[in-house]
Amino acid sequence: MTRKDESLRLQKVTIQLVGRTLIEIDREIQPGDVLTVMGSSGSGKSTLLAFIAGFLDPVFEASGRITLAGTDITGKPPEHRRVGLLFQDPLLFPHMSVGQNLLFAVRAGDRDDRNGKVQEALEQAGLAEFHDRDPATLSGGQKARAALMRVMLSEPHALLLDEPFSRLDADRRSRIREFVFAEARRRQLPVLLVTHDSEDAEQAGGPVFHLD
Amino acid sequence: MILKAAPALAIAVLIGPILCGLGVTILPAFGYFPALGGNEFSLDPWRQLFATPGLLRSCLISLATGLVTTLLALAVVAGFVAGWSHTRMFRAIQHLVSPLLSVPHAAAAFGLAFLFMPSGWLVRLFSPWPSGFERPPDWLIIHDPLGIAMMAGLFAKELPFLMLVTLAAMPQANPRPGSMIATGLGYGRTAGFLFAVWPSIYPQIRLAVFAVIAYASSVVDVALILGPTNPAPLAVRLVSWMNDPDLTVRFKASAGAVLQLGITATCLLIWVAGEKLFSIIFARIRSSGRRFDKDQAVRIGFSVLMIATAGAVFAGLFILALWSFSGFWPFPKAFPDELTFNTWQRQLPGIGQPLTTTILVGIAATIFALALALGCLEREARTGRTGGNRALALIYIPLIVPQASFVFGLQLFFLSVGLHASLYALILVHLVFVLPYVFLSLSDPWRAWDTRYAQAARTLGASRNSVFWQIRAPMLLRPILVASAVGFAVSIGQYLPTLLVGAGRWPTITTEAVALASSGDRRVIGVYAFIQMLLPFIGFAAATLVPALLFMRRRDMRAGS
Repeated sequence: MTRKDESLRLQKVTIQLVGRTLIEIDREIQPGDVLTVMGSSGSGKSTLLAFIAGFLDPVFEASGRITLAGTDITGKPPEHRRVGLLFQDPLLFPHMSVGQNLLFAVRAGDRDDRNGKVQEALEQAGLAEFHDRDPATLSGGQKARAALMRVMLSEPHALLLDEPFSRLDADRRSRIREFVFAEARRRQLPVLLVTHDSEDAEQAGGPVFHLD
Repeated sequence: MILKAAPALAIAVLIGPILCGLGVTILPAFGYFPALGGNEFSLDPWRQLFATPGLLRSCLISLATGLVTTLLALAVVAGFVAGWSHTRMFRAIQHLVSPLLSVPHAAAAFGLAFLFMPSGWLVRLFSPWPSGFERPPDWLIIHDPLGIAMMAGLFAKELPFLMLVTLAAMPQANPRPGSMIATGLGYGRTAGFLFAVWPSIYPQIRLAVFAVIAYASSVVDVALILGPTNPAPLAVRLVSWMNDPDLTVRFKASAGAVLQLGITATCLLIWVAGEKLFSIIFARIRSSGRRFDKDQAVRIGFSVLMIATAGAVFAGLFILALWSFSGFWPFPKAFPDELTFNTWQRQLPGIGQPLTTTILVGIAATIFALALALGCLEREARTGRTGGNRALALIYIPLIVPQASFVFGLQLFFLSVGLHASLYALILVHLVFVLPYVFLSLSDPWRAWDTRYAQAARTLGASRNSVFWQIRAPMLLRPILVASAVGFAVSIGQYLPTLLVGAGRWPTITTEAVALASSGDRRVIGVYAFIQMLLPFIGFAAATLVPALLFMRRRDMRAGS
């Protein structure tokens, strides 16, 4: 399961909004490591993720380079960046079954092969029986796990987490968090976690970068 | 590539035919149109026009209809929304009124006529007891010289339109806190809402109000069914000149079309002046400190008006359907002696052709409109540019420029480019009116969609195109189908453009129904008006049923979620 051990590098990244600098960061995240970016709401945490994933709103001005798995992805369209992104909400597509959601992420190829990957991912997430289920009928924790497996099936080279645990209740939060970090470590993915919850940062265990 | 062209193409569809039509109307209005034998400019058409007997009265009726209908409908909507928003009654009436939007004007007008005319159902209900009528009374209720019946018919149809437009504007006006603060200060519910919330609703619905003014001041089909006849409103007389076998009358018709444009513009100017005056008076009342807290009677009054209006239209439609199935039904009986399929059987052979045209043109115009609207919205999503208020004004142009003033010119234009009376020309002219409604209906839900779904899909490796086809469009299937149903209903309802551009060679259910107005044959009118009302209903039923079946097992795809 170990992928080519390549890091996510943010080289002299600055993001400005009408002349005011919101973010200035120059870091490298090694495969399997987690960099936690902390800041209050409005500090531009999500803007950084948008820049890395390729969705930066044109009102912002950004400079610097992002390299991932040895290639410069700064100018690439989001679908070619190989950056997995988990949001605050699971955002499972409501018109698809759980299995169809996962299948959507699997790259084109042999049909049986693709379905096999989906089933395997569901089993890893403890959702083996949920292939044909309506995502709306899943619990919060199940949705979060399905969303993670969907990201993993797209074979990302890095994982970006946008406060993905904040909507879960305290009990589930730590278990899901554990599950996400374990999966990322197992796949040797560099992880960038954005949060305002210091507990998230503690459990992530890596370096912490404070905004503002 | 195609997507890049969508906004330009949509603007061309919205503006092109209107500019073309207006341009070609103005030339013959000043005597120049070689195809009709007018080789030099002159003021003769205008002299002929102003020499027409009863012209001033026709103009005044048009002017009054535009203003009175709109003012009353807007006042009732504002009063009702102010007095009842966020109540159970409000939701109930909203559900009662919404379906009326899809009923074509002509069908609603026929229904009201069948209900209120001296031999109509209401008089029958009270005859011979207690009214004592053995024969229909000699009242001039419909086709009255002042146009009151016509205004009432238009009022009943514009009420649901303004109501829905207001509802769509409500979330942005965020009425809850404002009206609660006002009532907290001791203002009555109605006054509090009008003072605190209405000023942020009105600017949003202003263009729709203009559209209602323009429509009412230049309406033809409702005027033929309910309006005065001697003289008729200007637009009705225009149409008869445009179809006059004597081709020289068409110069006068062109001058009349320009006059119609002036009448509608005058209506709008008076309205805008009225807005200014109203806001001064309104501000003075608001600052007077009076609380208007005893508004129970007013509130009840507005709700009764809403219910009565919707009830009258529904009752009219029912009577209309009943006539189409009725056998012998003499006055003063309230119900026919027997129900038969005789009228339907007799009419069926003749219905096939117009029905096919109606459906074909409706579907074609709707598909083109949907493609253009989706293209513009997707282009907007990709570039982040919405076009803002100017784009919105463009969308409303076909609804604000009166049909009677440019469709005739458009007919002359098609004549000169060899597209006269072709199906393409007919679909194009329907598209002009279908596109704005499809766009307006689709744009809110489209823009309200959570774009993080698109971001999630993109990071999973999906291209923009597959996000559109596999995620956004399926998730928005319901609003897309509803917008299509709205577009189809608008196409079904088109009378004047179909009549003029189709040049009688492409009769539709609507042109046939309106043509029957003077026949007085209620059974045959019932058949055509019933089909006219049924077609949009089928469209809306499909728009509800298809997503419900398709997403039966997807809870978050259900309506309202």
